[in-house]
Amino acid sequence: MNTQDAAIKPCMTPDPFEREVNPFEGVNFPELEKSLRRPRTAVDLLLSNLVSAMTIFALIPLFSVVLMLLWHGGHGLSLDVLTQLPPAPMEQGGGFGNAILGTMVMVVLAAFISIPFGILSAVYLAQARPESRLATTVRFAAKILTGFPSILAGVFAYGVLVLTLGGYSAIAGGVALSILMLPTIILTAEDAIRMVPSKMRDAAIGMGATLTQTTWMVLLPTATPGILTGIMLAIARAAGETAPLLFTALFSNYWLFRGGFNVMQPTASLAVLIYNFASEPFEHQVELAWVAALVLVLMVLVTNLIGQAFSRRQIQE
Amino acid sequence: MKTATAKAERSECEIDTVAGSAKSTEGDGVVIDCDIEELYYGKFKAVRDTVIPLEKNRITAFIGPSGCGKSTVLRCLNRMNDLVRGFLFKGHVHFRGKDIYHPSIDPTAVRRYIGMVFQQPNPFAMSIHNNVAFGLRLNRYRGAVAEKVEEALKRAALWDEVKDKLHKSGLSLSGGQQQRLCIARAIATEPEVLLMDEPCSALDPIATRKIEELMAELKTRFTIGIVTHNLQQAQRVADKTGFLYVDTSDGGRCGYLVEFGQSEQIFNNPREQYTKDYIRGQFG
Repeated sequence: MNTQDAAIKPCMTPDPFEREVNPFEGVNFPELEKSLRRPRTAVDLLLSNLVSAMTIFALIPLFSVVLMLLWHGGHGLSLDVLTQLPPAPMEQGGGFGNAILGTMVMVVLAAFISIPFGILSAVYLAQARPESRLATTVRFAAKILTGFPSILAGVFAYGVLVLTLGGYSAIAGGVALSILMLPTIILTAEDAIRMVPSKMRDAAIGMGATLTQTTWMVLLPTATPGILTGIMLAIARAAGETAPLLFTALFSNYWLFRGGFNVMQPTASLAVLIYNFASEPFEHQVELAWVAALVLVLMVLVTNLIGQAFSRRQIQE
Repeated sequence: MKTATAKAERSECEIDTVAGSAKSTEGDGVVIDCDIEELYYGKFKAVRDTVIPLEKNRITAFIGPSGCGKSTVLRCLNRMNDLVRGFLFKGHVHFRGKDIYHPSIDPTAVRRYIGMVFQQPNPFAMSIHNNVAFGLRLNRYRGAVAEKVEEALKRAALWDEVKDKLHKSGLSLSGGQQQRLCIARAIATEPEVLLMDEPCSALDPIATRKIEELMAELKTRFTIGIVTHNLQQAQRVADKTGFLYVDTSDGGRCGYLVEFGQSEQIFNNPREQYTKDYIRGQFG
C-alpha cells in the first residue's frame, strides 16, 4: 500500500479484500495458544490437580469406614440379627432388634419435640420479627448449640428428667436427642423460609393475605423441601449419637414393649450397643457390634439420601 | 355489603349529575381518589403533591422517569407500602368514598378489593389451578372453585394454553404466561380495582402485546391503574395519563405530579414544558 492509496482511501467505500490484509494488527497469535512454558498455565494446571487430589483424600475416611464395616459386618447381616434380642455372654446367635427399635423410638420422640419447636421458631426468626433482639439472640444461641458437645445434652437431660423421674428412660433419651436436633432444624428451616423469593410473599400480601395466611399458605409450603432436608440431617445426626444416651436411656437387653409399650424404662440403642459390645471380650459380641455399626451407618445413609432427594426437588422447582 | 355498594353507586350517580357538565369527559365516576400530600420512607421524602383519580372502567397510566415515585404512588393505593419500614403517608386515598388510610381500616381487607399485578411475574410454587384458586381460598369461597378458576383463566386469555395441565407448577410456564397467570390470580376474586406495576417490563414484545390486549378487555369489568416505562404502551392502552417528575431542588429526590389528563391530550398537546420534553425524549 503506497501513500497515494492511503490518501484516496478515506473517500472510497472500504474494499473488503484490502481489509483482510491486516485485520488484527497488534495481536500476538502465539500468545493465544496454550503453553506449559508460561508460568500462569503451569500454576493453573498444578493447582487444579492439587484441588482434585485433596477432594479425593477427603473421601477416603467415609469410604474406608463403609468398606471396613462391609468387610467385618457384611457377612453377619441376617434377618435374625435384625429381629432378635442380644445374646448372653458365651451364647451364640441373637441380634439387636431391640436396639434398632430403641433408636427409632427415641429418634421419633426427639423429632416430635424438636420439629414443631424448630419450625415455629424459624418462622419467628425469618418472618415475624427477623431483626428483633429476641431473634438475634435465638439465632446466636442456635449457632452455638450446633457445636454443643453432645455429652452435655445428655447431662442436661439426666439432671432434668432422669433424676426427677427416678430412672433412665426412652423419654429422657428422646429429650437429649431433641436438644441436639433443635438448632439444625431451626437454622435450616429459617434459611429455607428466607430462600422463598420475596416476590411470592408480596404476591400473597397483595392478594389480601394476612401474615399468618402468607406464612401457612405460601412460605411454609414453598420452603417444605428445604425444611425436610434440615429435619433429615438432624435425624441422621441424632441417630448416631452415643454420649447423650449413656446418661439418659442407658441400655437394656430387652424389648421396649416388655410388659406393654413403655417409654419410661432403660432403652437399648444401636450406638450404645456398639459401644458396649465392642469392648466386651467375647468374639461373638464384637462381631455383633460390627454388624450393628453397619446397620447404623446404612440407616444414617438412607436418611441422608432422603434429605438430599428433598433438597434436589427444591432446586428443580 | 351489597347494599353498601349499591348506595355508593347511587351517590356516585348523584355526584355525576350534580357536576355533570364539569366532568363531562370523565367515566362513570371516580373509584379511587388519591391525594398524596407528602409521602416519606423514613426521613426521605419520596412523593409530594400528587392527586390522581382512578375512574371506573378506565385505564389510568402513571408515566415518568425512573425514581419519580410512580410505583410508590401505585403501591399506596392498596397499602402495599405499609410493608416498607419507615413508611409515612400524609393525605388521603378514598376508595369509593372511604378513606383506606383511616386507622379503623384493615389493610389486608383493602387489598382484597384492590388487587395488584407486579413487575416480575410472581406465581406461587404450586399448581396453576392452586395459584388461581389462592384468592378464593383466602376468602373461604364456598362454591364451584374449578369453574371460578376456569373463568379467571379464560378472562386472562390463558385457558387454552393451560387447560390440559392445570396440575402443573405455575413456575413451569413461560414469562408471559406466568404474568397472565398472575393476572388470572388477581381477577379470580373479582376485585374492584386492578393495579399493575410495570406488568410488561420483564416480557418480550409478543407477550407484552397479549397483556395489552388483555387490559383493554379487562377494563370493561375492572378499574385499572398501570405504571409503565413504555410511553407507547401508555398511549396505546390508557384513557388517562398522569406524568410524574422528580424534584431535586431541595437536595432530595422527591416525585410529584406534573400533569394529569386525557392520554390524548398528554401525548399530543401537553400543557407543561416538563411533560413536553419527556414525551419528546429530551430527558429521562
